[in-house]
Amino acid sequence: MTFLVDLLAATLRNATPLVYGTVGETYAERSGVLNLGIEGTMYAGAFAGFATAWATGSPLLGLAAAIVVGLGAGAIMALLTVTLGANQHVSGIGLTIGLIGASEFTNRLIFQGGELQQIEPMPIVNPFAGLGEIGAVFDQYALTWIAFLVVVPVAWFILQRSSFGLELRAVGENPEAADAAGVNVARTRYLALMIGGALMAVGGAFITLALLGSFTLDIIAGRGWVCVALVIFGRWRIGRGVVGALIFSLIFSLQFRLRILPGFGDLPFELLLALPYLVVIAALAISGRNVAYPGAYLKPYRRS
Amino acid sequence: MRARMRRRMRSRFRLSPWSTPVLVLAAILITFAITAGPILLAGANPIEAYYLFVIAPLTSGFTAIEVLVTATPILFTGAAVAIAFRAGYWNIGAEGQLLLGAIAAAGVGMVVGGWQPIAALAAMIVAGALAGAAWALVPAILRIRFGIDEVVTTLLLNPVALLLVNGLLHGPWRDPVTGFPESPRIAAVAEFPQLLERSRLHLGFLLAIAVIVIAWYVLARTPAGLRLRAAGLSPHGARFAGINVGRTLLAAALVSGAIAGLAGVSEVAGIQNRLTSGLSPGYGYTGIVVATLGTLTMPGVALAALFLGDLTVGASTAARSLSIPSQLGAVVQGVLLLTTVALLALRRYRLRPTRPEEGGSESAADVAAEVQPG
Repeated sequence: MTFLVDLLAATLRNATPLVYGTVGETYAERSGVLNLGIEGTMYAGAFAGFATAWATGSPLLGLAAAIVVGLGAGAIMALLTVTLGANQHVSGIGLTIGLIGASEFTNRLIFQGGELQQIEPMPIVNPFAGLGEIGAVFDQYALTWIAFLVVVPVAWFILQRSSFGLELRAVGENPEAADAAGVNVARTRYLALMIGGALMAVGGAFITLALLGSFTLDIIAGRGWVCVALVIFGRWRIGRGVVGALIFSLIFSLQFRLRILPGFGDLPFELLLALPYLVVIAALAISGRNVAYPGAYLKPYRRS
Repeated sequence: MRARMRRRMRSRFRLSPWSTPVLVLAAILITFAITAGPILLAGANPIEAYYLFVIAPLTSGFTAIEVLVTATPILFTGAAVAIAFRAGYWNIGAEGQLLLGAIAAAGVGMVVGGWQPIAALAAMIVAGALAGAAWALVPAILRIRFGIDEVVTTLLLNPVALLLVNGLLHGPWRDPVTGFPESPRIAAVAEFPQLLERSRLHLGFLLAIAVIVIAWYVLARTPAGLRLRAAGLSPHGARFAGINVGRTLLAAALVSGAIAGLAGVSEVAGIQNRLTSGLSPGYGYTGIVVATLGTLTMPGVALAALFLGDLTVGASTAARSLSIPSQLGAVVQGVLLLTTVALLALRRYRLRPTRPEEGGSESAADVAAEVQPG
């Protein structure tokens, strides 16, 4: 019982950065831009959030700094791919290399490579604490509650039910038609990439501000790439993407707990760590066959 | 139809052959202007820093040879990435393929103790190339058979490859003598010979140059190269012309993986002489920078790899003498990649001034064409 409660709590906790990242990437891709800058954006969000919270003592200011960095990263991606029509794969990889480099450079300048700095992690909020042992599943950080109860439904509502969401999807499916109908294609994509960037950066900041309370190198460890895969797995739907994030996180959390069990302890720990990545690839191979990509995926739009 | 029109437009708006090098040079200058910010933040003089970055490494024989040593792995990864990109196959997994090549080279290198040096080296090179190709196989099949985006699958396999290296180093291959997470040393016959006395320049550099020359010849002068380029420019056109695009993509992916694997062989046999977890500080990703900066041509890749080797050696000098964090090297690489791809995209504006019927209907392959010479 304790094992199960602990596993479910860890699943929700570890899914949180993936939920922010997957929702953010879904917005970018639904507007027709594959944002491979996600790994770097999460990294920069994690660092900016941590450094600001460390300097000011306020995790909320750290969160704000991450949002600003995410908006900026999204704007750079939009400048390159929307305004200049540059190749999306290369732009995204370049953004990731640049943002990781910039974060590590600044980290070095501020902390001089000295000992690991810690901040007070964000508080845990549990409205179900009265439920006894089972209630421990809901011992979660505020950012986790916000992810599942605010960000996911609001992002879904905006994308599927609002006129902005309609325009965003139209721009991603058929920019010519959207343009002809009076939608500003460039502005819509800028907004999608900036909102998406802010969400990705918050996902990264969750790791430093809540999960760890510190910043270490290689802190994102491929979570951004996992989000890109989850978007395809979820076929560009927010709900399915979140389910994918939960499944990934369940496997991730399970392998950590399996290591303690006798019999599994003999397996190399790295093999188990690799398992979630391999499961994502297998899931793509099974579910991702001939999926319908957004109509304008990877295509720059140029008004004639 | 589109292919024919495209050709017509291309010939009508042929750009000067100088436009590409001029744009790449402009990208380098813009990168320096942008990275002046972080250099000032670190409290150093940007002009002095750039001198140390670019010029200083070339002023002494020792550091000039170090530039070649540093360029060696990224000559391989740059060629690997460029070949795949030319075919319209977005292999972002050179990092993982390099690590697999390194694992294979170390594995072979540890068991060939009694062999002739030639046989030992050949076995390592073949094993490394096969291991790199094998790591590239699954994403290629998923893409060709099921249409699954290879960008995601090749990217996801990079952390898996690193975990595989670490698993080996913490498990069966841990050095029994020191207990460090490093493999035992490879046999002496398996080490790449040094090309110059008292320098780290090794056989891998010659191998890299050979790969570049062969790749250039195959791409530019053979039917296989033509098929590969045609598949990248327009898969539909290539299919119409009777080219088996799936098979061409598979070949490009495997060759790309094999060349990336050779980068791993070269580092293990030429520099480390064992498998270590810090074997590659992201050479696979630097390959993407090199391929883009070299506009996906082999002479361009060679120049770009030498330039980045120069910058990397310069960055460590600058880090020591001006106390700028050496992570500036990664910042420069990222900014350089972004400015290059942005400026090369500008080229297309002039290539096709107004084409109402073209708006927004470009295929991924057309986008692939953008980083190729006009």
